[in-house]
Amino acid sequence: MNIHAIAAIYKFEMARTWRTLFQSVVSPVISTSLYFVVFGSAIGSRITEIQGVSYGAFIVPGLIMLSLMTQSISNASFAIYFPKFIGTVYELLSAPISYVEIVISYVGAAATKSAALGLIILGTSFFFVDIRIAHPFMMLLFLALTAITFSLFGFIIGIWADNFEKLQIVPLLIVTPLTFLGGTFYSIDMLPPIWQTITLLNPVVYLVSGFRWSFYDVADVNVFVSLGMIGVFLAICLLIVAWIFKSGYRLKS
Amino acid sequence: MASIISIRNLEKRYDSGFRALKGIDLDIPDGDIFALLGPNGAGKTTLINVVCGIVNASAGTVEAAGHNIISDYRAARSLIGLVPQELTTDAFETVWATVSFSRGLFGKPKNPAHIEKVLKDLSLWDKRNNMLMTLSGGMKRRVMIAKALSHEPKILFLDEPTAGVDVELRRSMWEVVRSLREHGVTIILTTHYLEEAEQMADRIGVVNAGEIVLVEQKHELMAKLGEKRLTLQLEDAVEQIPDALAAHTLEIGDDGYALVYTYNANDKRTGINSLFRDLDSAGLRLRDVDTKQSSLEEIFVDLVKAPTSESTRNDA
Repeated sequence: MNIHAIAAIYKFEMARTWRTLFQSVVSPVISTSLYFVVFGSAIGSRITEIQGVSYGAFIVPGLIMLSLMTQSISNASFAIYFPKFIGTVYELLSAPISYVEIVISYVGAAATKSAALGLIILGTSFFFVDIRIAHPFMMLLFLALTAITFSLFGFIIGIWADNFEKLQIVPLLIVTPLTFLGGTFYSIDMLPPIWQTITLLNPVVYLVSGFRWSFYDVADVNVFVSLGMIGVFLAICLLIVAWIFKSGYRLKS
Repeated sequence: MASIISIRNLEKRYDSGFRALKGIDLDIPDGDIFALLGPNGAGKTTLINVVCGIVNASAGTVEAAGHNIISDYRAARSLIGLVPQELTTDAFETVWATVSFSRGLFGKPKNPAHIEKVLKDLSLWDKRNNMLMTLSGGMKRRVMIAKALSHEPKILFLDEPTAGVDVELRRSMWEVVRSLREHGVTIILTTHYLEEAEQMADRIGVVNAGEIVLVEQKHELMAKLGEKRLTLQLEDAVEQIPDALAAHTLEIGDDGYALVYTYNANDKRTGINSLFRDLDSAGLRLRDVDTKQSSLEEIFVDLVKAPTSESTRNDA
């Protein structure tokens, strides 16, 4: 194991966060607070409770998941896309470092950032609503698994993308709609029956449901199904990453 | 001398079908400064990139100090430092941070004293806290060299290190290269400045159209291929070569005020004696005589010119 290399890349990536602190941390916190104000106050005044939880508190896990997913993807995809774009990737390719080590360092750093951000948003939401966390350990497990899985996904996008447009298109056109339609701001019980079934095809539903369960003990789907689904996404992402490195796809000619 | 880089039958065919390397065999002796010469697109950079792990070879093997660059890539790569041709650096990092990062990336524990030495050798010490984006092109080039030296490599690849670099910086870079060689580092460089290869290299390899045309110790190469030119400055101009000198291969230069005789200094008979006898009988009066060894550049152009047109036709 080239520990020094992992440490070097991890530190490099974390240093980037400190340099761009405002963009990395402050702006997601501000936009999440806006969601609270808009959804919590405007809609919350009409919907008082969902499954015995006040609407404001109900959307907290969904909001954290939303940020966790989008930030994991953008952190990890930028981290690997940028060296490709400016050409400094040569150093990574010529270094005595294995593919596993590259993934651990980049995905580890991206997941650390977004998990920290998720916790900051959780902290922020204590100012707005009453929150209780029924299963703190499970909450952290969901947080960590989601951060890692979506950072891997972002890493894949960053390698696949050969221009800035591609870098943005997957988060914008696929991830954001799936998140908004994934029960972030509502319970899927509130949908017409046909849409309840269709919604189950949306992977984000399982993440939000499981995460919300760890707060309030209420869930749209069984929590073990949620965990299982995260496991499946994680495995798929790992397989794709393994293939990318084996074939040198978009990295080596 | 033992070879530190040993390349066998190396092939590179790109997806487009372009054959960038055609069965290269090359041994680079330990401790040499080895210059790779060749026209643009000859395959020099591809060759370097394969050895350094940036491009996958289609066939063939490469060993660095006995370590196969694929199966034993950790050992091989930790011996190698690479300064690529393009100036690619981060923008917001400081000089110190980026050079320290490279050292870590190559698996070496922190060593501020070594980084300090590298930065001082390359006159970057004053700039250590500057952001990379604030540096000039020449400074960035030095930073890239510092990055490559940060992990104390035994083999250093310099791909066109002096392209776009001013004379002063070029000189100071060559000083660094010389002192590295004194410390036992093998240096492989590509350059377009032939005079540089002439001054610096111990050994020269010429690459053309994906093939090694020749590898030779520099002085042997120059001696073997060394044509000399004898220039005879005349008192009075001639309009054509006098009949008495018709037996010699002469050209008229300097508006008729000079005759240029080209010969090979290694030939048994250079023809100089008979030329001078005939000069006398032609009644020409000499003002000055001057001989010049042909430069590496001329040798190089000779080597590359002939086979190129044919092999490119075969490729197409």
